[in-house]
Amino acid sequence: MKRNPLRTQKIAFSFLLFSTLLIVLPVGFIVVEIILKGLPAINWQFLSDMPRQGMRAGGILPAIVGTLYLVSGAIIFALPIGVLAAIYLSEYAKDNLLNRMIKLSIVNLSGVPSVVYGLFGLALFVVFFKFGVSILSGSLTLGIMILPIIITASREALEAVPQSFREVSLSLGASKWQTIRNIVLPNAISGILTGTILGLGRAAGETAPILFTVAAFYLPRLPKSIFDQAMALPYHLYVISTQVPNVNEKIRYGTAFVLLVMVLFMNLVAIIIRSQFRKKKKW
Amino acid sequence: MRKIKEFIIEKLILVCGLASVFFVVLIFIFLLKEGLALFKIVSPLDFLFGKSWYPISEPAQLGILPLILGSLLVTFGAAVISVPIGVGCAIYIAEVAPNKIKELLKVGIELLAAIPSVVIGFIGMVTLVPLVKNVFHLPTGLTALSGSIMLAFMAMPTIVSIAEDALYAVPKSYREGSFALGATHWQTIWRVILPAASSGILAAVMLGIGRVIGETMAVMMITGNAAVIPQSILQPVRTLTATIAAEMGEAVVGSEHYFALFAIGVVLFVISFIINVSADLFLHRNK
Repeated sequence: MKRNPLRTQKIAFSFLLFSTLLIVLPVGFIVVEIILKGLPAINWQFLSDMPRQGMRAGGILPAIVGTLYLVSGAIIFALPIGVLAAIYLSEYAKDNLLNRMIKLSIVNLSGVPSVVYGLFGLALFVVFFKFGVSILSGSLTLGIMILPIIITASREALEAVPQSFREVSLSLGASKWQTIRNIVLPNAISGILTGTILGLGRAAGETAPILFTVAAFYLPRLPKSIFDQAMALPYHLYVISTQVPNVNEKIRYGTAFVLLVMVLFMNLVAIIIRSQFRKKKKW
Repeated sequence: MRKIKEFIIEKLILVCGLASVFFVVLIFIFLLKEGLALFKIVSPLDFLFGKSWYPISEPAQLGILPLILGSLLVTFGAAVISVPIGVGCAIYIAEVAPNKIKELLKVGIELLAAIPSVVIGFIGMVTLVPLVKNVFHLPTGLTALSGSIMLAFMAMPTIVSIAEDALYAVPKSYREGSFALGATHWQTIWRVILPAASSGILAAVMLGIGRVIGETMAVMMITGNAAVIPQSILQPVRTLTATIAAEMGEAVVGSEHYFALFAIGVVLFVISFIINVSADLFLHRNK
């Protein structure tokens, strides 16, 4: 009997659809589960109060504030370096060995396991530079971790600006830097912004890099300076789900909910900026 | 004056351009600096192939074979689950799905990639772990299998998005040639497009596996963390990454244990380096 190619196609396509559903449905399940069980825990007191009774009651304010500090610190460090590095790669670099090395380093930097970043941050910032276990050490570690995200997104945005824009600017007598600053960067800004927000989201959600560089197990007050330890949302979720017995499910789900909403919100903003930009694209 | 300013700015751009090379080298140097100190005490072979990991016993036994096998087992399980599903999903998105659904699916995959690993670990703990325990009648659901299933979800976004790019990159003329010869859509995908995209798909699989080997929090929360040589996938295991994350907090700076954890970091760095460089070679082979 000869096989019917159309029937084979039907079977094959159903398998493809099935594997797609196997990814999409669990994602939906995770998000819905956390929303349904986390939302009832959310109220003003939960968001604005210190944790009490060994984290079994009260709120998560210091963890939220700690994460905001860490994310801001990481972006202050990584954004300028990342954008300038992207400018170098897109505007200055020639196709040579050095350029190849830089690209390979970026690929590697994005592949280094997050816990290895934690070790590195411990050895370099905490021990060698004597910053101690502090917001500064944690921010710098996270900053290096999100550098490849910012560089890659910014470079793509810069390279998408048509060559003719640069040629017109240069032919009008503008210098190379003037062209970059006044023509190339403004046209690439939404791509850079997208990369930055994705980097923020990544930094907010990572736990392993902050384990030994900043995270405090239980610190029911707000950090006073960048040399202070701090609680952070992802680490707090880890602590109350594995290290502290008898924490109310509601508090765990509530913490997971706040973290998830924070991260997904940033990603949605990035996705929206990107799609708006694609619609408006002039070239 | 303007010339000086531009000169300075251009030098600054060059310095930042080199920053990523600098950081990779810096990471490697600092891992080595702390990690190599271990080999004054333990020989590299005893470290890599030693069968027991008792870092705080007297004398400490620092063999990471159980941890390497734990990582391999969890990674292998995750790859078995995520590779067929991920590549299937990539084909569906790139070739079969109608345009509107395509965009929606891509957003869904991106969201999955964005979920923090500690949240994946938490969900695994409260849903999958009890399920595994009941289905297989085990004393605990914290097993390599649970870890593999959750990690598969963390590898899938990487596999899907890179494999999808590889499928898009196949020239349109290949497809048209195949259709013109009377092939069905599926025959075209199976015989023409997949082989043409194979090196990109291979790179996608490698990067997905790299993601799994380096994953820390989820794996620490759901694999049970028993540093023994695993006999079955239904047992608790401990991975390289989880060992560092769980023990560094207690290790005294400058102790044997501290150096050993850095040596594990060196092993992880080298593994991820090899995976990323070879995946990069596959990705750029055809261009």
